[in-house]
Amino acid sequence: MKKANKPVEIRWHGRGGQGAKTACLLLADAAFSSGKYVQGFPEYGPERMGAPITAYNRISDERCPVHSNIYEPDYVVVVDETLLDAVDVTRGLSEEGAIIVNTPKRPEEIRPMLGDYAGKVCTIDARAISEQTLGKNFPNTPMLAAAVKISGVVEADKFVSDMEASFKHKFAHKPQVITGNMAALTQSMKEVQVG
Amino acid sequence: MSIRERLSGNEAVAYAMKQINPDVMGAFPITPSTEIPQYFAQYVADGLVDTEYVTVESEHSSMSTCIGAQAAGGRAVTATSSCGLALMFELLYVASSSRLPVTLACVNRALTGPININNDHSDSMGARDAGWIQIYAETNQEAYDNFLQAMPIGEHPDVRLPVMICQDGFITSHGVENIELLEDEIVKDFVGEYQPENYLLKHENPLAVGPYDVTNYYMEHKIQQAEAMKAAKPVILKIAEAFEKVSGRKYGFFESYRMEDAETALVLIGSSAGTARAAVDKLRAQGKKVGMVKLRVFRPFPMEELAAALAGCKAIAVMDKAESFSAAGGPLFAETRSALYDLDTRPKAINYVYGLGGRDFTVDTAETVFAALDEIVATGKTGEVYRHIGQRSE
Repeated sequence: MKKANKPVEIRWHGRGGQGAKTACLLLADAAFSSGKYVQGFPEYGPERMGAPITAYNRISDERCPVHSNIYEPDYVVVVDETLLDAVDVTRGLSEEGAIIVNTPKRPEEIRPMLGDYAGKVCTIDARAISEQTLGKNFPNTPMLAAAVKISGVVEADKFVSDMEASFKHKFAHKPQVITGNMAALTQSMKEVQVG
Repeated sequence: MSIRERLSGNEAVAYAMKQINPDVMGAFPITPSTEIPQYFAQYVADGLVDTEYVTVESEHSSMSTCIGAQAAGGRAVTATSSCGLALMFELLYVASSSRLPVTLACVNRALTGPININNDHSDSMGARDAGWIQIYAETNQEAYDNFLQAMPIGEHPDVRLPVMICQDGFITSHGVENIELLEDEIVKDFVGEYQPENYLLKHENPLAVGPYDVTNYYMEHKIQQAEAMKAAKPVILKIAEAFEKVSGRKYGFFESYRMEDAETALVLIGSSAGTARAAVDKLRAQGKKVGMVKLRVFRPFPMEELAAALAGCKAIAVMDKAESFSAAGGPLFAETRSALYDLDTRPKAINYVYGLGGRDFTVDTAETVFAALDEIVATGKTGEVYRHIGQRSE
């Protein structure tokens, strides 16, 4: 467990266009709704589709004054499995925390790809869930749900009800998207594997 | 009752603009300020404001639009960054010398070249002599609060100067954080109506704005501008006091953090202040007498007040997020060290240029700077005055 007043720090790795930044901002939204102080910010550069991108969250009970990037995260979320070869995703990651990877593989199959990282390795097939529930590969909603489930930064039931309200507001004219996203969320929270 | 929200710095400024409902916006996009005119365009389209939204072909024209509108007697706003501010350069001087209180949201970004979209203060620091009031924010909250104070300051009869409200590109502008917003009615009351004494559309008093000034008069007008900048100091404090009454949030020229008995201190501007504050807390917990001064108002420069705040220190480091190529240090350092000159006993002072083009400023970096100050105090030797920190060669 984190010490009092120390924020929970989360680092997102994705590829441009997959919605990692959106997921990061949605997590900030969800944590805000549950009464937390939040930071959600992407690391910006010359962005292009498919290039590795990083985004960050700090979530705490008091306003966090620090405005630097996060170098020693508690949790890492990898939205694209191919990044495991390209980016040192476990760099600085707390061994008391966890890494959550979007992959059809099981945690024990992913662990050998993460060097000597000894913390929890979690996997979720966000692509499959997204294709089943939304009909397309939008991995960010299931990844967000898995991140909430594993990190516990937001209470699960509260998260689900807040997200429903938020989707209802956002997609008022596209109700089918609401059902799909809600199914993606709940399925992901059920299926995320911890190893 | 304040409204609890979570917004990015750009959203916060666009929201402040919505609440103010200015007469004209000169709109031209540039990263990372683009979202401000973008969000505002939505407010215009939704009929939430009745602002004349003027889309133009360059920042030269967006500032010209603001100057024209403000000269006509309206209230004009714009937003820009980096090269956009550079392209406005000529017009910045027209606005200030014509004594037109235009409000500009500057989302600080490095100037080219090499081309870079990330944060530093080279854009607004490059415009520091343009005769604009410059107020900098650490957070989205401060960007919002400062924007609401801009017009009451700039439009004040003792001042009549344009105001630049600066925040750090991406770090603040695109970072979503908690914020407390004021209700529309409170903002409307606080900002009030713009009531210029003279303006182009006042038919009973025809006037020219921005004409040629012969040698016999030019200097007098420049001195009036300089006097207005001096007069802005008490007005800024008065408006901050009024703002505290409606918001509960206190502002001044700068914020002194744990400075009471501080022997060493950092002086800096913008979002890095929060990070420095975390370093101060960490070192204080170890029993070290350290502090931080975050400058909010750079123009007018609070010379005497800043000198008094730093007078008790043994050594200070002034942090510049802009390289001014003076071969002698950055702009904040030049001003701060100059301010210390009038003290009978003054701290030793060094300068670090840091954070250029988005180079991250971390708690570790701040601790490294405090360690350098400890060494100066221990040895009594200042050593190299003009330094850089955070570069790869370290």
